[in-house]
Amino acid sequence: MSVATRADFHRPAAVGEAVRLLAEHPEAVPVAGGTDLMVAVNYRHARPEAMLDLTGLAELRDWTDEGDAVRIGSGVPYARITAELATVLPALAAAARTVGSPQIRNRGTLGGNLATASPAGDGHPPLLATGATVEIASTSGTRTVPIGEFYLGPKRSALGPGELITAVTVPKAAGPQQFLKVGTRNAMVIAVCSFALALDPDARRLGTGIGSAGPVPLTAPDAEALDLPWSSPGRFDDALAAEFGRRVAAAARPIDDVRGTADYRRHALAVCAARALRRVWTTAHDRSPR
Amino acid sequence: MRVTLHVDGAELAAEIDRPGESLLSTLRDRLGLTGSKNACEQGECGSCTVLLDGAPVCACLVATAQCEGREVKTVVGAVPRPVRDAFVQCGAVQCGFCTPGLLVSVADLLERDPDPGDAAIREALAGNLCRCTGYEKIIDAVHTAAATLAGERP
Ligand SMILES: Cc1cc2nc3c(=O)[nH]c(=O)nc-3n(C[C@H](O)[C@H](O)[C@H](O)COP(=O)(O)OP(=O)(O)OC[C@H]3O[C@@H](n4cnc5c(N)ncnc54)[C@H](O)[C@@H]3O)c2cc1C
Ligand code: FES
Ligand code: FES
Repeated sequence: MSVATRADFHRPAAVGEAVRLLAEHPEAVPVAGGTDLMVAVNYRHARPEAMLDLTGLAELRDWTDEGDAVRIGSGVPYARITAELATVLPALAAAARTVGSPQIRNRGTLGGNLATASPAGDGHPPLLATGATVEIASTSGTRTVPIGEFYLGPKRSALGPGELITAVTVPKAAGPQQFLKVGTRNAMVIAVCSFALALDPDARRLGTGIGSAGPVPLTAPDAEALDLPWSSPGRFDDALAAEFGRRVAAAARPIDDVRGTADYRRHALAVCAARALRRVWTTAHDRSPR
Repeated sequence: MRVTLHVDGAELAAEIDRPGESLLSTLRDRLGLTGSKNACEQGECGSCTVLLDGAPVCACLVATAQCEGREVKTVVGAVPRPVRDAFVQCGAVQCGFCTPGLLVSVADLLERDPDPGDAAIREALAGNLCRCTGYEKIIDAVHTAAATLAGERP
């Protein structure tokens, strides 16, 4: 049993107990790694009357191999995603490696990234590019939301009151993937813009994800539909890569802000996307020349 | 509410009165353990770095109430003597404000990787800012500490 005291802090030991507590105490703010929430608390932007600790929920702190996908508990910190999932989920692992600093990656979680739903969150582009699904629990049961339907606006998501994100299921890579992030240094930067790409050579499919260049993380459907020389990969050239970059940039809806201008973001996305496509294409077809 | 935690080997109890009180505030303001420094309270500077159950984290971003029964090591309990000595010897300390956090991060790095290259050092210390030294002497100190620790191992 969890005990709530005057400084209300709930420490559930199981997800069922957590959603029940959340239903009974709607004022309780969930906390996982605290790397978003505690900044707000320290600066008095948030003054939670009560908090609900998710770090005691063993169910949220592991990932499982589901055959063609990996189900990642919402409380698995970035450091583990980078260290343990780089082979099966290369884009997500690469993104996780760029988050903050080692200290932040030891605490910060995908669940917190999704719940915060910042358009700049680094977890989002790889989840979009790979077609992940978000698992959400409440006292009425569990539902799954396709990642494309999760983001509703800047810092707004499909997550409702009384709900907790329990896991994210990410399809295993069917080919090479890339994650590129633009910022002023290699660590500790909120992305100026970011781009994830997943290539599935057998299904002849591209998946895209754009970060920090719109009110929500975006995909680039026109770019995914680009006609590529799947049957004779040697005919791939820089013009195709550049056209892909243009289509990705066209899908973005960036603004001018302190980190960069809209024009710069579009330009940088075009460069990143073309580079990412060249890389995945070369990797895929160097390994298995047809 | 009362939170019991292990700090540098001792079992301590803290009485906190708001759920969002940070581990850094509890260590410094309630327990009088001022080794961990407060320079930003937003996870950016790393001067509050402690080991929580063995992993370096920013104490300013951990809620104390999340630490019930857990093990915290500060600069006092986390850092082998040769790491501290190397910082002094190499001139890696100027004002010293960043030093406790850096020492904890370096101790963790050398625990995982006894002979890190410059790139690995820079990546491991990316979350610890120093406004004085320009980092070069800190990197020297990590190499020196690594060499000393290697010499001490049987
Ligand atoms: C110095 C610093 C650098 C950073 N750098 C980056 C970066 O490079 N890239 C990046 O993307 N982010 C970055 N961040 C932001 C942050 O680390 C991430 O968004 C992280 O994923 C948040 O996860 P958390 O577990 O710490 O969330 P918390 O702070 O614990 O929670 C954040 C929010 O989500 C809610 N929440 C958490 N888990 C759940 C859940 N399972 N179900 C429902 N709601 C939940 C909480 O109630 C809270 O509102 C940085 C933060 C700091 C302080
Ligand atoms: S005081 Fe915690 S990171 Fe700066
Ligand atoms: S020695 Fe002054 S901040 Fe590092």
